[in-house]
Amino acid sequence: MASLTLSALGKRFGAVRAVDNLDLQIADGEFFVLLGPSGAGKTTTLRLIAGLETPDAGQVAMDGVDVTAAHPAQRDCAFVFQQYSLYPHLTVYDNIAFPLRSPLRRTDEAAVKRKVDEIAALLHIEDKLGRKSTALSGGEMQRVAIGRALVREPRVFLMDEPLSSLDARLREELRVELRRIQRRLGATFVYVTHDQVEATTLADRVATLEAGRLLQVGAPQRVYTDPDSMRVAQRLGSPAINLVPSAWFDERLPRTAHWVGMRPEDVVFNDPAGVRCRVLEHSLVKHLLVAEREGGELRATVMLDHPLAAGTEISLGFPARQRLYFDSEGRRLRSAAGAREALTSEAV
Amino acid sequence: MARIRLQNLHKAFGDFTAVRDTSLDLEDGRFVVLLGPSGCGKTTTLRMIAGLEYPNSGRIELDGVDVTWRRPRERDVAMVFQLFALYGHMNVRENLEFPLKNERLTRAEIKRRIEAVTGILRIEPILNARIGTLSGGDRQRVALGRAIVRQPKAFLMDEPLGTLDAEFRELMCVELRRLHERLRTTTVFVTHDQNEAMALADHVVVMHKGDVLQADTPDGVYNFPQNMFVAGFIGRPAMNFVPLDTAVAPGHVEVQVGAAAITVPRTIDGSAHAMLGVRPEHIRLDDTSSWRGRVVQTEYFGAHWVVTVETLAAAVKVVAPKQSCPVPGATVGLRPRAERIVLFDKATERLLASETTRQHREALRHG
Repeated sequence: MASLTLSALGKRFGAVRAVDNLDLQIADGEFFVLLGPSGAGKTTTLRLIAGLETPDAGQVAMDGVDVTAAHPAQRDCAFVFQQYSLYPHLTVYDNIAFPLRSPLRRTDEAAVKRKVDEIAALLHIEDKLGRKSTALSGGEMQRVAIGRALVREPRVFLMDEPLSSLDARLREELRVELRRIQRRLGATFVYVTHDQVEATTLADRVATLEAGRLLQVGAPQRVYTDPDSMRVAQRLGSPAINLVPSAWFDERLPRTAHWVGMRPEDVVFNDPAGVRCRVLEHSLVKHLLVAEREGGELRATVMLDHPLAAGTEISLGFPARQRLYFDSEGRRLRSAAGAREALTSEAV
Repeated sequence: MARIRLQNLHKAFGDFTAVRDTSLDLEDGRFVVLLGPSGCGKTTTLRMIAGLEYPNSGRIELDGVDVTWRRPRERDVAMVFQLFALYGHMNVRENLEFPLKNERLTRAEIKRRIEAVTGILRIEPILNARIGTLSGGDRQRVALGRAIVRQPKAFLMDEPLGTLDAEFRELMCVELRRLHERLRTTTVFVTHDQNEAMALADHVVVMHKGDVLQADTPDGVYNFPQNMFVAGFIGRPAMNFVPLDTAVAPGHVEVQVGAAAITVPRTIDGSAHAMLGVRPEHIRLDDTSSWRGRVVQTEYFGAHWVVTVETLAAAVKVVAPKQSCPVPGATVGLRPRAERIVLFDKATERLLASETTRQHREALRHG
C-alpha cells in the first residue's frame, strides 16, 4: 500500500476549473473520503490520481515518488465505480479472477483459486461463486465488483460512489463491510461520495470539496464540531445545521457575527427563553421537527411520543455553548473559549 | 377522486404467487404507499389496479364500480412510471398539451386545463421554454404537470423517483407531498424505500411475499408494528430483537433477557417463546442498568453515534448522543425506555398485545 501526495493539482475542462490548486496528503493505510456536491471535482481528483486524466498543473506523488507522468498501469490503482461493470457472460468466480489472469500478471490457477476463495470469504459471497453475474442482486454485484478490485492487491483503492445505486439496507450493510475490509487489509482508500453519512461513518479523514477547491480537511468529528465555514457546516450533518440571522438574538454576540449556526440535535425544545416559531411539520419517525419563523426554516431533533400539529406555536432555544458564529462572508468566527474547546475535543 | 377497493385479489405467475388473496380498502383522496422489498407483490398490485395485469381471482372496485376486467384506458387512472420522461424537443406547453391532444379534447378545454395546472405548479414564466434549458426542479414540475392535466381519478406511480440521486429525491418528495395537499387526488405509490414512504404517505401498506402485513399511518407502522417483519423493515438503524429467557404470561410488567430484568408495558397476551423489540433510539447507555454488554463497534453520524453492544442475549444497537461515545471493548449498561418496548411471539412473529399497543387500531382495513 502507498501514501499519496497531491501538490497544487489543477485540471480545467474548457472554462471550468474542475480541480483548482488542490493540496492533499493521504497517509498509507488511511480511509480518506472526498465529500462534495456534484461538480465539486471529486471524480476528476480520483481520475487524476489513477492517471486517467493528465493535470494542467501540479503533481501527484505515490510514496514520495512523482508519478504525474506515469501510466495508469504503473500507478497500480484499483477503481470501483457506482455502476458495477461486471462481465455478464462470466461467473462470479471468473469475474473476480479476471484481473489475475491478465497477461501482464500471469498467475497460476492454484494461486488464482486461493486468492478468489479468500476474497469471496471476506465479502461473504462464497456460495455465489458458481453463479452468472447477471443472476445476482444489486448488492451482490457490487460486492463482486469490489472483490475484483481487492483481488489485485493494488497500491491504492479508488472508489467513486460505490454504494449510491444500492438501497438503504444494503448500503448500510456494505458500508460496515467496507470499513471492516479496509481495516483488515490496512489498505489506502480514496473514496468519493456526496453522502455525508458515508463520510462520517467511513472516513479516518474527510476532505470537503466545492467547485474544485478544498474547503476543509480533518477527522469527521473535528470537521463536524468545528467547521471553518458555513459551507462546510452545511455539507456535514443530517438534518442540516440551522443558520439564523444574528438579529434574532437580544444578547451580545461577537461583533462581526452575521449568522448563528446551531445543529438540530442541540436545539432545546420548549425553551421559554428561546425564539418563537410555528410548526411546519413534525415526523415522529425521523424525530424531526421543522418550524418556521419570518420565512426561515428551523430544524430540531426531538423525541416526542405524540405528533405536533402544523401551526402549533412553540419556542426553540439556541444554547450559547453550542452556537457557531459566522461573518457575512460565511467564515467561522472562533472565540478564544471555542478554540480551547475544539482542542480538547480533538485530544479526545 | 376515487375510493379503491381490492377484494380477495390473487395473482400467480406460474408457481410463484405474487399477490395472495389480498383485500384492501383505500380511502378517497389519500396518498397511499405500497412498501416492501422486491418480490413482495407491490408492483403487481399496482399493475392490477391500472389494468396492466389481470388477477386470477378477486375483484377491484373504483368508486363502487367493478373494473376488474376493464382495459387500462377504460379506468380513468393515470399511471406514472418515470417522472422524468419529457419530450426534449418540445417546449413546456407542448409537453403538457401532448396527453390531452391524444385524448382528443377541444382546444378550449385544453387551454383551460393548462392554465389551471400552470397556476398550481407556478410554471407560468417557463411555458415557452425548451425542456433542455430548464433546471432540474423545473423539469420535475413539468413532468408532474403532465400527469395532472389529465385529471384522472387516481394517480398510480411505480417507483417514479427510483433513478434520481439521493439529494434530488428528497426535494421531489417534498414537492409531491405539497402537490397532493392541493389536489387531494387518490394516489397509489410503489417504492422499496422507507424514507420515501414515510415522507409521502397518509397510509403505508407494508407487503411481504404477496401478503399485506400492515396498512397504517406512518406513525402506526413505526410505533405499533403488527409483526417482526414490519418492525425490522421500518426505521434505520433497524429495531433490535432480543430473545427472552423465560415465557411471558398476561399481566407481566417485567421480562428476563440475558439474565437481566427489563421493565415492559403490562402484557395482555402471553407466549412461551417471545422476542423483545426495541429501537436503537429508545435505548440509553446507563451504567446503573443490570442489562450489560461489551461495545464491539461504534459508527459516527455527526449528530449521534450508533454503538453496537454484544450482550448475553443478542447484539444490540444503541443511538448514543454525540458528546459521549464509549470505546470498543468497554463494558456498558443498556436502559431501554419501557413504554417503547414491544414483544413478539417468536414462532408466528406477531405482536403480543400489551397495555400500550392495545390502544392502537390499524388505519386501513385489509385481509
